[in-house]
Amino acid sequence: MLNKYPLWKYLLIVLVVAFGVIYALPNLYPDDPALQLSTQKSTSVVDQRTLATAETALQDAGIDLKEAEITSAGGTLRFHNGEDQLAAKPVIAAALGENYVVALNLVPTTPEWLSSIGAGPAKLGLDLRGGVHFLLEVDTPAALKQRLDVAASEMKNSLRTERIRYRSVEVNNGVMSIRFLREEDQQAALELLEDEFTEYVYNTSNEGSDYFVEVGFTETARAEVEAYALQQNLTTLRNRVNELGVAEPLVQRQGSNRIVVELPGVQDTAAAKRIIGATANLEFRLEAGLDANASEVDTLTFRDGSGRTARLERDVIITGDSVADANSSFDENGRPQVNISLDGKGGSQMARVTRTAVGRNMAVVFIEHKSRSRFVEDENGELTEVRRSYSERNIISLATIQTTLGNSFRITGLDSPRESSELALLLRAGALAAPIYFVEERTIGPSLGAENIRLGVLSAQIGLLVVMAFMLVYYKVFGIFANVSLALNIVLLMAFMSLLSATLTLPGIAGIVLTMGMAVDANVLIFSRIREELKAGLPSQQAIHSGFNRAFTTILDANITTLLVAVILFAVGTGPVKGFAVTLSLGILTSMFTAIVVTRAQINLVYGGRKNKRLFI
Amino acid sequence: MNIPFMAMRKIIAMISVAMVLASLGSLAVKGLKFGLDFTGGSLIEVQYEQAPALDDVRTLLADAEYQDVTVQNFGSPVDVVVRMGNAYTPTLGDEVLSTLRDNDNVQVELMRSEYVGGQVGEELREQGGLGMLLALAIVMVYVAVRFQFKFSVASVVALAHDVIITLGIFSLFELEFDLTVLAAILAVIGYSLNDTIVVCDRIRENFRIMRDTTPYELINESINQTLGRTIITSMTTMFVLLVLFFFGGESIHNFSLALLIGILIGTYSSIFVAANLLLAQNITREDLVPTPKEELEDEMP
Repeated sequence: MLNKYPLWKYLLIVLVVAFGVIYALPNLYPDDPALQLSTQKSTSVVDQRTLATAETALQDAGIDLKEAEITSAGGTLRFHNGEDQLAAKPVIAAALGENYVVALNLVPTTPEWLSSIGAGPAKLGLDLRGGVHFLLEVDTPAALKQRLDVAASEMKNSLRTERIRYRSVEVNNGVMSIRFLREEDQQAALELLEDEFTEYVYNTSNEGSDYFVEVGFTETARAEVEAYALQQNLTTLRNRVNELGVAEPLVQRQGSNRIVVELPGVQDTAAAKRIIGATANLEFRLEAGLDANASEVDTLTFRDGSGRTARLERDVIITGDSVADANSSFDENGRPQVNISLDGKGGSQMARVTRTAVGRNMAVVFIEHKSRSRFVEDENGELTEVRRSYSERNIISLATIQTTLGNSFRITGLDSPRESSELALLLRAGALAAPIYFVEERTIGPSLGAENIRLGVLSAQIGLLVVMAFMLVYYKVFGIFANVSLALNIVLLMAFMSLLSATLTLPGIAGIVLTMGMAVDANVLIFSRIREELKAGLPSQQAIHSGFNRAFTTILDANITTLLVAVILFAVGTGPVKGFAVTLSLGILTSMFTAIVVTRAQINLVYGGRKNKRLFI
Repeated sequence: MNIPFMAMRKIIAMISVAMVLASLGSLAVKGLKFGLDFTGGSLIEVQYEQAPALDDVRTLLADAEYQDVTVQNFGSPVDVVVRMGNAYTPTLGDEVLSTLRDNDNVQVELMRSEYVGGQVGEELREQGGLGMLLALAIVMVYVAVRFQFKFSVASVVALAHDVIITLGIFSLFELEFDLTVLAAILAVIGYSLNDTIVVCDRIRENFRIMRDTTPYELINESINQTLGRTIITSMTTMFVLLVLFFFGGESIHNFSLALLIGILIGTYSSIFVAANLLLAQNITREDLVPTPKEELEDEMP
């Protein structure tokens, strides 16, 4: 019979509606401002005792706690409002000490029966939640240079062992050139190096009385070094971000040499940037003897600003990379210090060197890779940014070796407790394999985020009302059908957003609002067809039937093309724009279902199978 | 009601060509006023407790030796956006904020700070342009497969027409073009195509039903048949866009504006331009698939 749905179709619709309502429901529960407690060390855990300590500290500070609980990720302390949460953070951090990481977070208040079936609120993007977004670029040329520098000292060693005399070794623009005085030396060196160091390509050239061997990377070696630098930096950044204590951070590779870092809810962006971008590392070196060859000696200044200098051996005993653990404390005079434990290899290396050097001085050198950028005019008169990177090496302490050093020791000579705790953090998290630059940064304050949510929700509500009122006036009873479908469309859209844990952004909300305007299009198409058919003299049942049928292909074609464009938008867009693409595409899909199937079901239910009666359209 | 759209085709074509040429002219002469996303640079948005005099803010920043500073209100007198050409340092945002606080004499809150490197901006610009071209290409292929090549040309030219005029208006009135506006333009492509497809679909259908009509009359009839729907849908969409424009906040202001302009033009082009182009290509009944498509099943909703 015309315009009758079989029972299963109605049941299916009811099922989908129920599904949509349930999975969209968590979005109605507002998030709690909370503190997330976690620990980075295997020796400490977050347990009831930790929570009790935190609770007592909060009571003493007069801050109201809503709830404390142990979760799989550690502990969660919920608060009634954002001010309490912010005030509590330093209190808790002080009460628990350095072994715990305290992070600001927003915790959903989804009831248990909902979360047990996997329902939860949609994720909010940084523009709605507040936080920082960084795009970092890994300086791969610097990584290549570093590798060549290391290779240079290894090659020098080999040449010396084989008693091949060279004059100088220089690394410039990704090429190392070794200068010889005699052709025999050049040839012998070439043979030796080609044999021992296979990941490089070699060229020879002569200039006057000088003979050169030029060393460069092979394509695969270059790619490997670059990939390694990126991978290593990713790992280090993840460690650092974890140490920072940020809930739900994102550290992700983008393209061949970029890394995205997103820290939702972070308020102290300056500290975050300092830690993420820090390139500090340590080197341990012996002080050079008086008879040392000038070419094997570096003269470095002290970091305390006194202008003192010391002559150090070029050879490095170990670097900060051999540090297994580090934490900051105070020495007996109340000055900040960092306690360091070395890993096995670093420990034995340290022991081997210091055993024969008792009585000599050892320096701890603090290295920072920095970059300066300035704008210069290029040939077209346009300003381009030119970046130059350089490292700064300063001595933070120079002390006499009293006895053979082993796995653990301490470093003093730091400026402030902040510096010592940051140095400890950086040593724990590991050094960056290559310097990084910030190429993009977006910080959104928490109040702007809240404002964006308010405006977004307001426009969505007004938009919905306007569209519904219009449909009601223009299509009367059929307008009601369309409006029910429209409301359901939004519920389904929210349900899918939550289920896919897609990120909702401000342009994303705009996408939802836009979808509302466009979602009724399918119904408009169908209804105007029905009107046409009625005008053409078809009885009402036939009119409904052919209205839906004839509009169907049109709707399909029109929506698929829009969907294609939305997918492209998703591919080329970043951040908030991606959010727009997501809501737009999901909105197109859900609106097809609601506008065609759900509207039809309502019409069938009301008009279907009866004698032809007047349609209020 | 039967409006002789096709009778106006010469005038319409002239208007469209004039608008496109004016837009291209403006784009060539004035260019687009690219936002931070595409040019690179630094931007800081702050909120004052009390509305400041912008000149005072400028003086304050000039005294602190920031270069190429522009200070503007952002949506309300208490919201201020500072843009500058200073080289980026990780602490720039905080430094500017403390300068604005003027030794804690003024209550200022940081709303957002953004920095985009010149290189990144350039890449985003390339990527955006590429995305637009890709969208047009894919649409062209889809329409060619689903309809016919002449339809494909007509709809893509109509889309390019919409995009160029929207860009032209942004260029002419020096409206800021940022990533969200780019998103809006791509959405306009999607929307306007939607409209065009509906008209084309009707034209194709009528070619199958009305055997004795000339293409000229047939296209005119098709446009009239779909006119009601085109206007209603454009209206509901315009309604929500107006809501977004007025209530959505400053950060999606230009986004909604671009969509408003684009959809207005898009509606115009799907009524006038696309059909006009079909006629200009001498579309005939034989151009469409000779075997009529089979009727859809009753089971289809």
